[in-house]
Amino acid sequence: MSMPFYVSPEQLMKDRADFARKGIGRGRALAVVQYADGVLFVSENPSQALHKISELYDRIAFAAVGRYNEFENLRIAGVRLADMRGYAYDRRDVTGRGLANAYAQTLGTIFSSGGEKPYEVEIFVAEIGDTSAGDQIFRLTYDGQVADEHGFAAMGGATEPVTTYLREHWSEGLSLAEAVTLAVGALGHGGSSEGEAKVRRIPVADLEVAVLDRDRPQQRKFRRLGDAALGEILGPDPDPDPTPAAAPASDPGSPAAETAAAPQAPASPAVASPTTTAPTPPPSDPLGGPIGEDRPPVAPPVDPDDPLA
Amino acid sequence: MTSSDPRLGPAFLRPGTSSFAEFIAEQSPELLPSRRALPPGPPGGAAELAPHGTTIVAATFGANGSGGVVMAGDRRATAGNVIAQRDIEKVFPADELSAVGIAGTAGIAIEMVRLFQTELEHYEKIEGTTLSVDGKANRLSALIRGNLGLAMQGLAVIPLFAGYDELAGQGRIFSYDATGGRYEERAFHSVGSGSVFARGSLKKLYREDLSAEECVMAIVQALYDAADDDSATGGPDLTRRIFPVVHVITAAGQQRLSEDQVAAVADRVVAGRMIRPDGPAAALETGGPNA
Repeated sequence: MSMPFYVSPEQLMKDRADFARKGIGRGRALAVVQYADGVLFVSENPSQALHKISELYDRIAFAAVGRYNEFENLRIAGVRLADMRGYAYDRRDVTGRGLANAYAQTLGTIFSSGGEKPYEVEIFVAEIGDTSAGDQIFRLTYDGQVADEHGFAAMGGATEPVTTYLREHWSEGLSLAEAVTLAVGALGHGGSSEGEAKVRRIPVADLEVAVLDRDRPQQRKFRRLGDAALGEILGPDPDPDPTPAAAPASDPGSPAAETAAAPQAPASPAVASPTTTAPTPPPSDPLGGPIGEDRPPVAPPVDPDDPLA
Repeated sequence: MTSSDPRLGPAFLRPGTSSFAEFIAEQSPELLPSRRALPPGPPGGAAELAPHGTTIVAATFGANGSGGVVMAGDRRATAGNVIAQRDIEKVFPADELSAVGIAGTAGIAIEMVRLFQTELEHYEKIEGTTLSVDGKANRLSALIRGNLGLAMQGLAVIPLFAGYDELAGQGRIFSYDATGGRYEERAFHSVGSGSVFARGSLKKLYREDLSAEECVMAIVQALYDAADDDSATGGPDLTRRIFPVVHVITAAGQQRLSEDQVAAVADRVVAGRMIRPDGPAAALETGGPNA
C-alpha cells in the first residue's frame, strides 16, 4: 500500500463530504411541514431528554439530524446569538435568515478548514410570519450550503421516500392534525436505516413533535406536542397497518425489495423538488438512499446541477 | 456587539454556561449595565440624571399564598420635583410564572429588567427547563449586586420580585437591597418612595383569605394611600384614564390585567373615597372583616 503525498483539493473536499454524509445518513429522518397555522417538525426520537427540535427565539425554531454533540453545540450558539441580538436591538430584529446565515458561515468554515473534522449535521431553521406566506424554512447542510424550502422538507437518513411521500400528499392549508398525520406517515416510509424500508407506523412514544404556532397567544410561539396530544391525533399505537392515507400502488417507498434493488429508480427528477435556491439532493444523492460501503456516494462539488457548488 | 464577522465566534460555540449575563460578559461586556465605568464624581452625584420610578406593591392571596400573588405599580416617574412621566410602566413579566417591579433609577432599572427577562428565557431554552423560584430570585440578586458601583453614585435600582412556586404551590415575594441582598417576604411587601404608606395601608386591609379579585382591590387601595401621602407616587388619573399596572400570577401563569379591569377596580376605590377619603376603616380590635 502506497502513501500518497499529494491529495488534490477536489479529492479532499469529496472525502470530507463523503464522511459527513455517511454520518448524517446513519441517523433517522426528520420532516418539517408547513400547515395553516405555522410550521410543524416531526422526528423519530425515542429519547425524551435529548431533543432534535428546539426553540431558538419567539418565532424561530431549530431542528437537526446527525451527531448530537455537534448540533447541540450549534443550537446553543444559535440561542446565544438570538438572545444577544434581541437584547442589543429588539426582539423583532432577530430573524431566521440572520441565524441561518450565521450557521451557514460557521458550517462552511469548519467544512473547508483542514484542521477540523467536518460537522456531521444537517439543520433546519424555520421562522413563522404573520401569515403562512411569511413562513420561511432554511435547510443547512454540513458544508454550509443554504436552501430555502417551501411547504415541506426532510433530512437525515433515507429521506428520498419521505420526501416523495410528502410531495405526493402535501397540500397548502393543512390543519395541525392533518399535518401531523402526514409527517408521521411520511417518516414511516423512511425506514430507519438501510434494509428497513418497510412502511411502518412509528409509535407515539418514539416521536418528537413540535410546532411554531402562530395562534399561540404568548410571544414565544414554539410549543412541543406531548404524547397525549399526539395520541389524540394519531389514534392508538399498536395498529401495525400502514397509515390509511398511504397511496397503495404508486407508493415507491413501500416494497423493501424494490428500494434495495434500484434505490434511485422511483424517485422523481430533481426539477420536481419544491426548493428554490438549491434543489433538494438530486435522485443520485446518496443521502436519500441507503449507503453501502461498496457504493461511495457522489460529492456535491462535482454535481453540475448544483448552483451553489 | 461585533457584527463584522458573520461566523459564530469561539465564545458562541464553547460549551459551559447557561447564563446569558455570563455569556455577554465574555462576548460583549459593553452590553452589561454593570460593566460601565463611571466618571469620578461625588457619591450620589448622578442621582438627578434620570427619572425615578416609585411605588411597587405585591401581595399573595389564598391560604399561605396558595392562590398566587398580585403585583402592581403606580404610573409615575419623577425627576426631582417634576413629574417626568405619567404613564411609565414599572411592573414587567419576568417569565410565564413570575413578575418583577422596579423602583429607583428608571433607565437602569428597565435595562436590568430586560437583562433579567433574557436571562430567564435563555436558561429555559438552553437547559430545557425553567429555573426554580429561588434560582430566579438569586439571579436577580446577582444582577443587582453588579450594579453596586452605580448605586453608590446615586443610580440605585430596587426591584421587587414575585413568582408562583410550582413545587411549593404558593406565591412568593422577594425584596432586595442595593447590595444585592435578597429577602423573602411573607404575605405582602412594598418598595419605592411611597412604600411606607402602602405597607401601612396593606397592614390594615390584608387578610389571608383574600380572593384574587379582593387582593387586587387591596393593592389598588394601598397604591391610592401611597399616592395620597407621597408626592412621587401617582394616584389613579381619572381625567386621562391612567391606572396602575397590575399583574396576577397563579399556577396557570402570569397575566396583566387589562386596562378596563383595572379601571373598574380603580373607579370603585375612588367612589369609596368620595364617601370616606381615608379609605375603608379597619376594625379597632381583633381581626374580622371591616364593619
